[in-house]
Amino acid sequence: MNLILVTFIILLAFTSYYFGRKKALVIQSSQRLTALPKFYGYYLAAWCAAPALIIFALWSVFEPSIVKTFILQDYTDQNLTKNELQLIYTKVKALAAGTYTGNITNFLDESANKYIQLKGIANSAKVAIILAILIFSLSFAYRSVQKNDRMREPVEIFLKWVLFVASLGAVLVTIGIVFSLLFEAIRFFQAVKIFDFIFGTHWYPAKTFVRDGQPDPELMKDAFGAVPLFAGTFFIAFIAMCVAIPIGLLSGIYLSEYAGRGVRKYAKPIIEILAGIPTVVYGFFAALTVGPFVKEIGNAMGLQVSAESALAAGAVMGVMIIPFISSLSDDVMTAVPQNLRDGSYAMGATKSETVKKVIFPAALPGIVGSILLAVSRAIGETMIVVMASGLAANLTMNPLESTSTITAQIVVILIGDQQFGDPKTQSAFALGISLFIVTLFLNVIALSVVKKYREKYE
Amino acid sequence: MNSFKKNLLKKRYNAERRFQWYGKIAIGLALSFLAVFMFQIFSKGYSAFQKTWIVTEVHYDKELLLIDAESPSKDDLENADYYDVAYKAMTSLDPGLPEEEDRQLIQMVSYKYEAEVKDLLLKNPDYLGKIVPIKLTASDDVDQVHKGNYPRDIPEENRRVNDYQLQIYDMLNERGDILSEFNISFFTSPDSREAELAGIASSFMGTVFSILVCLAFSFPVAVLAAIYLEEFAPKNKFTDFIEVNINNLAAVPSIVFGLLGLGVLLAVFNLPRSTPLVGGITLSLMTLPTIIIAARASLKAVPPSIREAALAMGASNMQTTMHHTVPLSMPGTLSGTIIGLAQALGETAPLILIGMVAFVNTIPGTPVDPAASLPVQIYIWSESAERGFVEKVSACIMVLLAFLILMNLAAQIVRHKFEKKWS
Repeated sequence: MNLILVTFIILLAFTSYYFGRKKALVIQSSQRLTALPKFYGYYLAAWCAAPALIIFALWSVFEPSIVKTFILQDYTDQNLTKNELQLIYTKVKALAAGTYTGNITNFLDESANKYIQLKGIANSAKVAIILAILIFSLSFAYRSVQKNDRMREPVEIFLKWVLFVASLGAVLVTIGIVFSLLFEAIRFFQAVKIFDFIFGTHWYPAKTFVRDGQPDPELMKDAFGAVPLFAGTFFIAFIAMCVAIPIGLLSGIYLSEYAGRGVRKYAKPIIEILAGIPTVVYGFFAALTVGPFVKEIGNAMGLQVSAESALAAGAVMGVMIIPFISSLSDDVMTAVPQNLRDGSYAMGATKSETVKKVIFPAALPGIVGSILLAVSRAIGETMIVVMASGLAANLTMNPLESTSTITAQIVVILIGDQQFGDPKTQSAFALGISLFIVTLFLNVIALSVVKKYREKYE
Repeated sequence: MNSFKKNLLKKRYNAERRFQWYGKIAIGLALSFLAVFMFQIFSKGYSAFQKTWIVTEVHYDKELLLIDAESPSKDDLENADYYDVAYKAMTSLDPGLPEEEDRQLIQMVSYKYEAEVKDLLLKNPDYLGKIVPIKLTASDDVDQVHKGNYPRDIPEENRRVNDYQLQIYDMLNERGDILSEFNISFFTSPDSREAELAGIASSFMGTVFSILVCLAFSFPVAVLAAIYLEEFAPKNKFTDFIEVNINNLAAVPSIVFGLLGLGVLLAVFNLPRSTPLVGGITLSLMTLPTIIIAARASLKAVPPSIREAALAMGASNMQTTMHHTVPLSMPGTLSGTIIGLAQALGETAPLILIGMVAFVNTIPGTPVDPAASLPVQIYIWSESAERGFVEKVSACIMVLLAFLILMNLAAQIVRHKFEKKWS
């Protein structure tokens, strides 16, 4: 139904384009045109499609909730909770669609009939309104075509609005992220105190799983302490940075200051391949090769090493991050003006002294920015940790034991079927929003540092 | 004094050399990580492209098939009972085996061997009543033994293949009845719980659909947004805000987009779970900022003289942009888009959250059928304990990497072939 309607509107828009252009050619014989004939077509087509499609979209968004209110009106006197009402509504919808398998009460049957009726009314109303709008806007547009009004300006203003709306897309995504995370997280914090979440040291959400009925609030208090996850996240990111910073920074320095053109041309893209490999592939590599390797070495040295160690995950993550640091620091060091180098050489400094005492300090803000971006990347990395560092949230600072991170726990909680309204599921969103805040904070700082640095040398 | 100076100079030169070596070692380390990594994947994975068959003889006995008709129709063959025929085909490998031990022989082939026996007859109806050789898919344990991935010298109780099965295997191998051929079914069959039957067709189609959906949603919006921001946006607080927003969005962890997909697309809009449609939309939100940034960069690279020339000829701002600036910026935009899609292609975490991790053993035909995707398939298989899956994972990684390399090559070609150099 909806598909037919949209197709109809679009087809009508196309026809009105050709019609408008033809009309322009007719006008041309008697008076001077105000724009190229195709603009007459665009004008008609835009007036045809845009209002109808906007109304259609609004209608589709609001119709379900309006129908829902009408249906649930019959149940207001029963003192039901929000969840029960939701359940009833789902049943009514299933019954109307003929997919309901439970036992059917009279009341439910009545509601289902009402639902079908309402849907029918809504559908015919929708078609009627859209047809009316089509007729109205097309006749309006046709009149101004007949009057030979200016045609190009309105079309261009319309296009500009389309462009503007598209650029709001990115903002909408951010708003969507914030709201979807907040919505569930607030419900989570209604069940679990925010203090217990931020400062609790015990993470064991599986404990709160209780079949039928509400989980024990005492259990909940002790199950959602996120400190082990925060600690694990930063710990693994720290290990990753221990690998990535020295290697990345030294490669960046070598590429920008020492390497010849040929080496740079090939070495840089090859190192960047490391950043292009999907993280799940790194995870597999860490779990299958690096983890057992670390364990073997540890055992040979007489240490207790778990097969899923933080060290293995962190080290592999570090390798993944090398190109972020090497490429960015290469770029910022290349951007340091040549006269700083020349000045240093003129004083008799060697190349390495120039790098250490002149170029590195000059490029430091940019390098710090690139490292912060890399840290934010390490904190948000998911698959390597899920596959290589175990899923139990231990509060430990021993790199040879397994730890878990925020991202890994989100995956663990949400893999398989989720139940919305369950504090365990909501806790994933609470973790998500803390992850979002931390990475946003790092990104904002990093981007502003890099931006300031760029302005300094431009 | 002189010797002190000389020493100092020597020290400084040594420090210089050391520093250079640090840089070389760092680059060497980074490159060797890549090399070790590739070597590991290829050495583990290449054998998955070979499939092991066990050749035996099958007697399509009418009585055992329970076919009464003189000249049976296709339907009769379809409905015949193949259990005994297939069973006999396997047990004939060692007629002396007592009946209660026969499971050991049956376990050497995949559990679908009965269907394979049936398919051969359906394809060649004239085999009815004859004794013909047949190729049966070897079980993944035998497959691994044949490929040499499975150590034979560990004690029997720790082995999945027992001594008797090894003996049969050796006998067949000597007779030349173990075949190793190119594994077509790896590319044509969907996922399976059995390693020897599992293929990547379903996840491959899932990936293709998600990428197409992602392209359809993100490309138009991103290009239009980039045009607005670069060519029309007034410089004010709001457009600054949009710009900061886009830059930050590009650095948000991918799993957060998964939460968005779960909380909005599935919970609010009630789109079908586990489908490439939802996966593609989620990925498109992620690629949106990447494409916007690339498109803006390539719009910025179009020299102002082009715009000025168009304006001087009397074109409006919109005409200048749409007829001149945007077409000239397209190569850069397209290659940025391809790179953004390649990033989306390797994403796993957001797809897991929206349920694309479910076990799917059908090949999806539309974007609203449940499917996995290649990276998720890697995750699913690598969580599986069976040894046969290790090489499948590596092979799947090889396919994924090949896909990525192709896309990046395409991006390079688009950029170098069509981009105009302004100097």
